[in-house]
Amino acid sequence: MNVLVIDENRIRASIIEAGLSEAGHNVTLICDINGIARRIAEINPDVIVIDLGNPNRDMLENMFQLSRAVKRPVAMFVDRSDLASIEAAVDAGVSAYVVDGLKKERVKTVLDVAISRFNAYSKLARELEEARGELENRKLIERAKGILMRSRGLSEEAAYALLRKTAMNQNRKIADIAQSLITAAGLLESGEE
Amino acid sequence: MSAHRITAGFMPLLDGALVVAAKEKGFAEAENIDLALVRETSWANIRDRLAVGHFQVAHMLAPLPIACNLGLAPLASPMIAPMALGLGGNAVTVSNHLWDEMSAQGAAPDLNAATNGAALGRVVAERGRLGKPRLRFAVVHPHSGHNYELRYWLAACGIKPDKEVEIIILPPPLMADALETGNIDGYCVGEPWNSAAVALGRGHIATVKAAIWRSSPEKVLAAQAQWAEENPEALAALLRAVFRASLWCAEKANREELAALLANPAYVGKPVDWIMPALSGDIRTGEKIVHVDDFFVPFAKAATFPWKSHALWFYTQMVRWGQIAHTQSHAATARATYRPDLYRAALKPLGVALPGANAKVEGALKTATPVGSSGASLMLGPDGFFDGGLFDPDEIAAYIGLQEKSK
Repeated sequence: MNVLVIDENRIRASIIEAGLSEAGHNVTLICDINGIARRIAEINPDVIVIDLGNPNRDMLENMFQLSRAVKRPVAMFVDRSDLASIEAAVDAGVSAYVVDGLKKERVKTVLDVAISRFNAYSKLARELEEARGELENRKLIERAKGILMRSRGLSEEAAYALLRKTAMNQNRKIADIAQSLITAAGLLESGEE
Repeated sequence: MSAHRITAGFMPLLDGALVVAAKEKGFAEAENIDLALVRETSWANIRDRLAVGHFQVAHMLAPLPIACNLGLAPLASPMIAPMALGLGGNAVTVSNHLWDEMSAQGAAPDLNAATNGAALGRVVAERGRLGKPRLRFAVVHPHSGHNYELRYWLAACGIKPDKEVEIIILPPPLMADALETGNIDGYCVGEPWNSAAVALGRGHIATVKAAIWRSSPEKVLAAQAQWAEENPEALAALLRAVFRASLWCAEKANREELAALLANPAYVGKPVDWIMPALSGDIRTGEKIVHVDDFFVPFAKAATFPWKSHALWFYTQMVRWGQIAHTQSHAATARATYRPDLYRAALKPLGVALPGANAKVEGALKTATPVGSSGASLMLGPDGFFDGGLFDPDEIAAYIGLQEKSK
């Protein structure tokens, strides 16, 4: 089947492309919306997959409904009555448009792959975000320790213990305490750091 | 009593004000509603998330629930419109280049729909004679007040919207840029996206919705039909909260606070300078400031009442522009989408002025007119179309027939 994936996020688009290609589909990616009407006409897709974050969804839907861009009318998702599929798709952040008259089971496999790939990407992005946050936190704590060591003559262990104790007493995260300390130190020793 | 939990989808536009104020000014909380607002990036997303139950209600283009119920959308679950979210709020902006051409043909920076439309008509005719490419306009959605009022204006000025110009769909935040690059020559959109183009020096406001059709409908509070049926108390409480919010939004003394609220990144996320013109009615056209009475009406003139005649007018425009064929059953679906009965039932305990009728002849009120209503007195109008047109909701076929000639 000819599947068109429209996604401005190139990394996610490649992940989806790989999944659909493995499933034996002929996949085309469009990451840039410019001149898309002509491209769609050339590709003549059976299924079009778009991420829900795309601000051009209203424009694209209108294009699909005009017979000039796509030869056959396009209906949303697998079946209007198949609410579970639609829910899974919307939860995953993906929408799919399907040429009328295609066998439901054939299209379902495309949608299932798209959903699982979208979810896999989201998980990846979340983990990356968390890892980034952790690294950021570690840097903050290092800086806060440095300030304590300099200003109060503490050892590294003692500085960390003080941060941890303060965090526990105030029921806050160590990184938050570190951030407050860095801000306060910045205000007090303006220009020194 | 446990709180009603309601999640509402909205687009970052000025006319989301009523919903934003309902939450931020405590009107929802006072009705025991735990209201969550979720900002979206497309009307299609709002429609889909309403269909799968992520949202129970949403800020929505008034014609959209009608189009969905008529099966014109790729995905839809039945929706109702039990309340409108104010009147007016849009404008038509043109590129600096097109404004120069229009000025040479007699357009003036006065927002006059008739004379500036006539000037545009002369530009279009001239371009046609010279074999220049057609002018291209953008609107946000095929089933939007913007699309229908732009087409109404063009057609009434003798310009054939599907033949003599091109109308494309574009998301509002991209419109000012598209003017700059010459990708489009003009657009019809809600605020702050007209004032934005003027502030950035990219365009001129040629006319406003209030000049094309005064006191005309724009957005509604749409609700998923099944949720509304199963949760009548929650819906009624929400309608009361939004009604009180509309009163708050209309108070001149609250304008600056409202502008600051909307400027918040969680809502419209644009400068207060871009938001104030629509609230004050002092519209910066690009050459001078023109005051427009009724530019955006959040409360007065029963601005939140879901008139069935509004639903039917949108329906006639869907027929006019070939989106659907006219049948009795289609008209009935459009009529049934709007639910003034639910509005009245919800607001009755407040003892406020409510229209007694469900529909009115649109464009018939030349001046502000007191109308029969339950409770206190209520003023409606003026509500005229700029070309003097009248829409009688009891004469749909005749209206469609009349408009057939001006395609």
